[in-house]
Amino acid sequence: MSTTVEDLHLTDENPLVEGLERLPVRPTVLVIFGATGDLAHRKLLPALYNLAHEGALPERFELVGIARRGQSDDDFRQDARESIERFSRRKPDPDVLSGLLGDARYISGTFDDDNAYGQLDRTLHELDEKAGHRLNRVFYMSTAPEFFPVIVAKLGGAGLDECQDAATRVVIEKPFGYDLDSARRLNAEVLDVFDESQVFRIDHYLGKETVQNLMALRFSNALFEPVWNRNFVDYVQITAAEDLGIEGRAGYYDHAGALRDLVQNHMLQLLSLLTMEPPSSFDANRVRDEKVKVLEAIVPPEVGGKTVPGYLEEEGIPSDSRTETYAALRLHVSNWRWSGVPFYLRTGKRLTRRVTEIVVTLKPVPHVAFQTHGSIGIQPNQVILTVQPDEGVSVSLGAKIPGPTMRIRPVHMEFHYGTSFVSESPEAYERLILDAMRGDATLFTRNDEIEALWGIVDPILTAWQQDTSSPIPQYPSGSAGPEEAGALLEGSRRWRRL
Amino acid sequence: MSEDVWADSDTTPDAIEAALRGLLRERHAADVAIAPARVLNLIVIVDRSWKGEIANRLERVGRYHASRTILCAVEEGRDTLDAVAVMSYAESPGSELTVAHERVEIDIGPEHLARLDTIVDPVLVSDLQTMLWVPHGHHGVADILMPMLDVILLDSEDEEELGAGLERAAGCVPTVYVVDLAWLRTTPWRERLAASFDPPDRRVALEELEAITIRHKPSSRASAALLVGWLASRLRWNGERPKIELTAVEQDAPGLAGVTVSWCDGCSLSLDRDRGGLRARELGPGGEERVWKVLGASRGEGGILGEGVRQALLRDPTYGPALDAAREFCA
Repeated sequence: MSTTVEDLHLTDENPLVEGLERLPVRPTVLVIFGATGDLAHRKLLPALYNLAHEGALPERFELVGIARRGQSDDDFRQDARESIERFSRRKPDPDVLSGLLGDARYISGTFDDDNAYGQLDRTLHELDEKAGHRLNRVFYMSTAPEFFPVIVAKLGGAGLDECQDAATRVVIEKPFGYDLDSARRLNAEVLDVFDESQVFRIDHYLGKETVQNLMALRFSNALFEPVWNRNFVDYVQITAAEDLGIEGRAGYYDHAGALRDLVQNHMLQLLSLLTMEPPSSFDANRVRDEKVKVLEAIVPPEVGGKTVPGYLEEEGIPSDSRTETYAALRLHVSNWRWSGVPFYLRTGKRLTRRVTEIVVTLKPVPHVAFQTHGSIGIQPNQVILTVQPDEGVSVSLGAKIPGPTMRIRPVHMEFHYGTSFVSESPEAYERLILDAMRGDATLFTRNDEIEALWGIVDPILTAWQQDTSSPIPQYPSGSAGPEEAGALLEGSRRWRRL
Repeated sequence: MSEDVWADSDTTPDAIEAALRGLLRERHAADVAIAPARVLNLIVIVDRSWKGEIANRLERVGRYHASRTILCAVEEGRDTLDAVAVMSYAESPGSELTVAHERVEIDIGPEHLARLDTIVDPVLVSDLQTMLWVPHGHHGVADILMPMLDVILLDSEDEEELGAGLERAAGCVPTVYVVDLAWLRTTPWRERLAASFDPPDRRVALEELEAITIRHKPSSRASAALLVGWLASRLRWNGERPKIELTAVEQDAPGLAGVTVSWCDGCSLSLDRDRGGLRARELGPGGEERVWKVLGASRGEGGILGEGVRQALLRDPTYGPALDAAREFCA
């Protein structure tokens, strides 16, 4: 018997997904390159477990790990199990965990070893056979960045860059490039094998609920948009302060520095989300078009960079290192909306406290009719967007001090996300892995976007590379940073207290 | 968790509200990092004898607590109000924000029910979504409290008569948003069916469904009917529909035990509850069989209730049409 079904357009859309919070993800095999590494064990495998626990993984999901270490499938499963038990945000359900890892495969080999890719090809076909149809393929590069072009080329050489009747995608971890030239080279190498639509450049910061909330705040509230421009905004400060040091990551950090570690990616992403024009839709390319437009409007900044006393004493840091642990920048967005508004960015290690926030300071009122003596007086309004640790929005307002005279002082109207939502935010990697499997690139960085990001910091990197003799300003551990950073701020402006 | 507690006998709603403000003021003076959750008011009406059991169920909802829960326990012979107000919070070691939840338990008498609005209203946090849950009888209070309600939490499996549970839900739908626990028990099944028929080559089978069998706990016929209603409304069955069979099977957990969807050429997909997820079994046109596990942890009844609390802040446009179709199916 056939059912009578009216105008369902079944080939265009699935009528069963309406109203579901969890949208279907096509059957997928996830291949993790660097499966024995720190990122895989601390973040990726626990994220996969949590997706499995919530029933969010595809109905058919297979996991394959590839790394240099020689070990068996069982060894890999046991290591993965231990990592998930240790790092998962929830206590694993043993049955779900066994289901996730029970048939996980491991391939041992170096990333330039043709045999490893031959074995991968055979494994993927075997998993397709088991499923009875082609599985979508997601290749996740959780390796050191020098292996990205090697793996991409080898995947292409082995014919694994595409698959008939199934989607093939590649997820590339950060850092994507070391400077503008290397990012361009890597883009060319990747796009020589894969189409841009297959490439998902990950910056886990974009997977944080807090960062996505920045778009929600701007584009779902009529309150802010009228003042979100040069007519009302005096200046903006973006701070990403850390109270910790390099935590044993000397090898990476001394090579990268504050500018590459935080400014080029996380902080400029925040800046682009803060300043971009409203996209016409939340479609991946519409959002990224707007981000690229605003990034390309940013004028390369003036140079500034500082080091921390104590940094050279960190284990593994060369005694002659000139790597910056603090960076402060003044940027300008040269477009109609933001012309003339300075954006001050600062980030550093071992500062007073850990905080990531954006402070938008509005221009002062044009005329003050009230008396100011005996009070702090009227301060410009500020919109403070705290990304971490206590995500929220605070608006400073002028209010009358109780008493017989009209004296004004600033007060704060506070909103904390933690008090207003019953749900707990998922880990950024959970969201991003799921998006990559679904093929939704909204929260991933496009090729032109990555080059625009590097284009902003590249002049600074070049200047620092050329200047190997100037004394580097210092700041004590636990302070707000070097005094010299204050010179970036014009007039009576001050860095907001950490 | 730490708790600050206030209690009083023969009290008034105003005194309870003042006590809640006092608890917050005192706690904030001791710890500036305390902030009260401001998401949802939950009003629960139960008989005094069920108070402990319901309080325990609310304790087990996991992370989805209402901001302020007002539990009214009806006690025969009582003509005064006794109340306990509790503010619970995690001790904050540093300056990290700590969210506090409030719980108010009010012992009332049967004669208070007629003016329950005047008791509950002063204790609500203004401007928040307000949800009512009446798990055991006293359904009439919904009418009294209706002006202050945004959401009703119910379980259409609660009624012994299948049609009665669905009719009660349908009676609420025009006035307030309904969160039906019986519907939430079908969520993983709906998600998995949607995923199974998502690939375009498989999706066309939705036009050729021949039979659907839903296995359910004997007391969970409403969940099974709602799943049928969902398929009927989403696939726009008009008159003619596949052969549908609801089969009661013994299992501990409320809700569904399995579903089998069959389409042309002898193809079928069965999903059955299993440890660590669902066991999927597919039969192809040539009779070939594939079996695999669809991963997902059981939420348990505590998780279902917590999900009910969370759903109060969302809106599912598919429940109403599914409910209508389920009622038609049961008629």
